[in-house]
Amino acid sequence: MIDPANNVDEVRDVFVVDGKIASAPATAAEVIDATGKLVAPGLIDMHVHLREPGRGDKETIETGTRCAARGGFTSVVCMPNTTPAADNTGTIAFIKQRATEAACVTVFPTGAITKELKGEELAPIGSLKKAGVVAITDDGRCVQNNELMRRAVEYSKMFDLPVLDHCQDYNLVADGVMNEGHWSTALGLRGWPAIGEDVIVARNILIAEQTDWHIHCQHISSARSVELIRQAKKRGVKISGEACPHHFTLTEACVKDYDTNYKMNPPLRTERDRDALLAGLADGTLEIIASDHAPHCSYEKEVEFDHAPFGIIGLETELALSLELVRKKVLDIRSLVEKFTVNPARLLRLKKGTLSAGADADITIIDPEREWTYDVAQSASKSRNTPFNGWNFRGCAMATIVRGEIIWRGNGPG
Amino acid sequence: MTATTWKHKDLLGIQELTAAEINEVLDTAAAFKEVGDRAVKKVPSLRGKTMVNLFIEPSTRTRTSFELAAKRLSADVINITTTASSLVKGETLKDTALNLQALNVDIIVIRHSAAGAAHFLSRLLHASVINAGDGAHEHPTQALLDAFTIREKKGRIAGLNVTILGDILYSRVARSNIWLLTKLGAHVTLAGPSTLVPRVFEEFGCRVTYDIDEAIRDADVINLLRIQHERQRQTMFPSIGEYTAMFGLSKERFARTKPDAMIMHPGPINRGVEIDSEIADCGRSVILEQVTNGLAVRMAVLFLCAGRRNATEGTVGVRWSSNADG
Repeated sequence: MIDPANNVDEVRDVFVVDGKIASAPATAAEVIDATGKLVAPGLIDMHVHLREPGRGDKETIETGTRCAARGGFTSVVCMPNTTPAADNTGTIAFIKQRATEAACVTVFPTGAITKELKGEELAPIGSLKKAGVVAITDDGRCVQNNELMRRAVEYSKMFDLPVLDHCQDYNLVADGVMNEGHWSTALGLRGWPAIGEDVIVARNILIAEQTDWHIHCQHISSARSVELIRQAKKRGVKISGEACPHHFTLTEACVKDYDTNYKMNPPLRTERDRDALLAGLADGTLEIIASDHAPHCSYEKEVEFDHAPFGIIGLETELALSLELVRKKVLDIRSLVEKFTVNPARLLRLKKGTLSAGADADITIIDPEREWTYDVAQSASKSRNTPFNGWNFRGCAMATIVRGEIIWRGNGPG
Repeated sequence: MTATTWKHKDLLGIQELTAAEINEVLDTAAAFKEVGDRAVKKVPSLRGKTMVNLFIEPSTRTRTSFELAAKRLSADVINITTTASSLVKGETLKDTALNLQALNVDIIVIRHSAAGAAHFLSRLLHASVINAGDGAHEHPTQALLDAFTIREKKGRIAGLNVTILGDILYSRVARSNIWLLTKLGAHVTLAGPSTLVPRVFEEFGCRVTYDIDEAIRDADVINLLRIQHERQRQTMFPSIGEYTAMFGLSKERFARTKPDAMIMHPGPINRGVEIDSEIADCGRSVILEQVTNGLAVRMAVLFLCAGRRNATEGTVGVRWSSNADG
């Protein structure tokens, strides 16, 4: 059992009574033998797109959360770029209602920073908080107006709401579709330069410092952004960053055959950037791992590279790709579990991510040695856009438990 | 070199080709060029084959050249241009291509504004796919006709100094030329505004300079590219006037080139912008010969990719030239 929140890493039993972690077993309890496995607090993915409302052909709250369960996640945080956008309390109420009806894991919604994610006027942030959002973000978009961003952060502080930002300067990035550099030049694809991310990360650091409030930089992909965050954290700025498995696993060279399953935003970058992400994960600069699970229909992805939407599904492969970091000695298992549990829980004030007595019995039992092959045709997702189809993995969730209920048992997601 | 090197069904780019394969195209083109001088400008190499010119980006020169090349090889040709095609009605490229395949088309020549479009089609189709220009990626037949022209005029490619001048970043002609010329042993210099000729091109075996006079001083071949307004962001240089002043091939600059330096341009030329109008028409300009050679090169490409499966007919109607410069 690993419970970083309580500084526990030892062989012991975990008891569940009435959906809560207990200090002693119930009288007639089901027993799961997890000898030799890892029993962790239920994993949290704080960056997923469930596409509902509006794009149920790509994913729904039901199918997206089933992916989460297979991948070992007991909580997901969904992004507000739905149709309509989650910039109003009605949409938040709808998401929560659908989650109650159809989700097999806990769904925490985020709200928009600006109306319709347009970056022009603030969304009703206080009302969104009352409706139940755990953060605000314009993910998929990025507020370009620095004054508006400053006010959004100042305003959110009053409600104890962290601000998440997809860091992308529109002028520098323009119509870029892959990392600017050797491969974009060779392939004749328009570049999405790392500086287009770095400029906004630097902006966010200054605004976080000015407002003394928390900005979390989503899916960091560039070496310089990692360094900017590292330096800012050293002087106590309320800034943080997350890394996605595709960014710390793959590089821009993967784009060479114009396979749109390697088109994501921000783009895959160089080996140097990937190494910097690994260093950032290792030293805690990047304290959270998230998937940016972004389902798209096959007909949308099976087009010219320029015309394909950005993003891949990731919930089912995330844990296995991350366990690879432990095998490569980038992280120890405890730090890995932290990045999926206490760290996102602390940032978003979720009462999750721990096995303390009395906490919700959200538990992920991980078999770190189980070998399996990803067959996306068997995915719980409605979409098939992954570059990891056919990959052989080691390690998966053998059981995913939400409030004491076993919602997934298996030997790999599919 | 033997005449059986070529094994590709598609021509997607120069980057995938070996020097031997490039030379085979050039040798085959030399044989086909002679067909254009005959009274009856036609050989039966592609008789019974159907070729579709799928042009999803405007072009006159390249489309006409491919059409004529196919007709001289006795193929049936259909032209689909973006306005005529169903793509504007929201059909995907994949569906358009599968529909053409359902009609049993043998060759699809594709011009598209998106890099990788030809690769995308080649993965979907049994038909031969010929890349007639994909975004800023490649324009392989242009590079082949440029090489053919250089070889014809200069007798060789290896060891020559070739300067490509202008908008390199957005140019598929530049990329295909870079791959081809470096594979065949030429020394390639790229010059133009630093925003359009980033240093990253040095990673592909080229020399990059921003001193145009130095770039053209020792050049045996000067290949001028036009500014690709349609692909360019708006911030790359101040104005056309400044471009001409800083990088245009003026009479003064031309006077300082080697006396036998050859002037090339893939067209369409913008007279008075990248090239002085008189230089475009002078004796050292081979711009129109490039067009003539383009036809022969495209006949060769169509024949090599799709024609030799007609082998039983044995009526290629060309002789195999033994070799040029290897």
